Amino acid sequence: MSELVVAGVSKSFDGKEIIRDINLHLEHGELVSLLGASGGGKTTLFNVISGLSRPDQGSVLLEGEEITGQPGRVSYMLQRDLLLPYRTIEDNVALPLLLKGEKKKAARIKVGSHFAEFGLEGKQKKYPHQLSGGMRQRAALLRTYLFSEKVALLDEPFSALDTLTKSAIHQWYLNIMEQIQLSTLFVTHDIDEAVYLSDRIYLLNGNPGTITDEILIREKKPRREEFRLSQEFLEYKKEILSRLKLSDQ
Amino acid sequence: MRKKLQSTTSKLWALAAIALLLIVWQAACSSGLISKFMLPSPVDVGKAFVGDFGLLMDNLRVTLAEAFLGLAIGVGLGFGMAALMDRFDWLYQALYPLLVLTQTIPTVAIAPLLVLWFGYEMTPKVILIVIVTFFPITVGLLNGFRSADKDTMNLLRSMGADRLQIFRYVKLPGSLSYFFSGLRISVSYAVVGAVISEWLGGFNGLGVYMTKVKKAFSFDKMFAVIFLISAISLLLMWLVEVLQKRCMPWEEKK
Repeated sequence: MSELVVAGVSKSFDGKEIIRDINLHLEHGELVSLLGASGGGKTTLFNVISGLSRPDQGSVLLEGEEITGQPGRVSYMLQRDLLLPYRTIEDNVALPLLLKGEKKKAARIKVGSHFAEFGLEGKQKKYPHQLSGGMRQRAALLRTYLFSEKVALLDEPFSALDTLTKSAIHQWYLNIMEQIQLSTLFVTHDIDEAVYLSDRIYLLNGNPGTITDEILIREKKPRREEFRLSQEFLEYKKEILSRLKLSDQ
Repeated sequence: MRKKLQSTTSKLWALAAIALLLIVWQAACSSGLISKFMLPSPVDVGKAFVGDFGLLMDNLRVTLAEAFLGLAIGVGLGFGMAALMDRFDWLYQALYPLLVLTQTIPTVAIAPLLVLWFGYEMTPKVILIVIVTFFPITVGLLNGFRSADKDTMNLLRSMGADRLQIFRYVKLPGSLSYFFSGLRISVSYAVVGAVISEWLGGFNGLGVYMTKVKKAFSFDKMFAVIFLISAISLLLMWLVEVLQKRCMPWEEKK
């Protein structure tokens, strides 16, 4: 069974249709990207999937169970880490557990066991502004993971990082996904990032946004850094660019 | 290190200015330039302060008790108002203009009315202090609540947080600095408010003491009590700052 299914979702704001008839699925352990220009309705789609807004049509299924319009089932992560500046890293990360009604002490212990895995050892008592951008994103990711261990929705999570940090965090993310068996739906407008990370890529095009193409990236995982410079990589990029352009006309 | 040095030197300048002012004042009085009946010299004021110290402290206790009680109620009321007005927009629309209106009423004008209604005891004083102190708290907190980050609140909602949890984890801690700026203003208003209300009727307190020494033309004692009030206000504002640092440890580490 698919981890997450979005079936026939349409959504309008103020009479203007933002996304139309979106269909997609995410399998267990898969990383699927949604690639499209900014303002193409990606955020609208994420708000629907996370249950923050109800679609006009269509439904969202988590492991076969209907969760349309129900917040609290899958969470997402944004480009801004949105760590609360007045909470220490461990208390920030523990937030989803506290919201579910766990006691502070128990939540801290549970959270603490993941710090090494996420490359944050020794940072429990630090405040967000004391960490680097990459570390903050990893902390935000840990928070997302602690909220829901199955599906992570990531909305351009790495786009504010510099190139070097970004490529390091890509490598790290693929590893951690493998380790913790996470499935990821990833929104980005960076083609390189999409090709490098994804098992499949959906192209979101037009106005209102619709899914026009699905591209399979056959390169095996774990992926080596050299994949970025290979001929196949370039071919994938070319194909995506041409299809994005074609549907633009 | 350098920063610390700079702040000490800037304080030195301020202290030097105050010292100079006192010296000029003392010189003007001792030389007979200004008559003793018009303006007492700093030394006279100091003597009056020491001479009346016991009496001043007795009155101070009364004034501070009023100020603290009024401030506590004012803060509580301000917090409740802000929370409700943030939660219900119609309440905000309805009450905000009214709140501003309460601040345009001159304190000196309503204090005698309050005395007529509630007598010469503590009640009218506390009510007056509540009226002047709740406003900065309400406005400060409201600003804080309303400036909470939309993305952060959405993130928490996506994690299934209810309204109360969003209030507790996002709005409230995010408003602390706003709250403390309001509190700093309210604290000084509370002391001044207590004194003003005592002027207009009462048995003890620094305001009552002030009217008594004024009638006796003891200007030295008058100045002594003015300095005492200033010193107390400064001390309280400093205490608020200490409290703020305690409550907001993350600001320290910046």
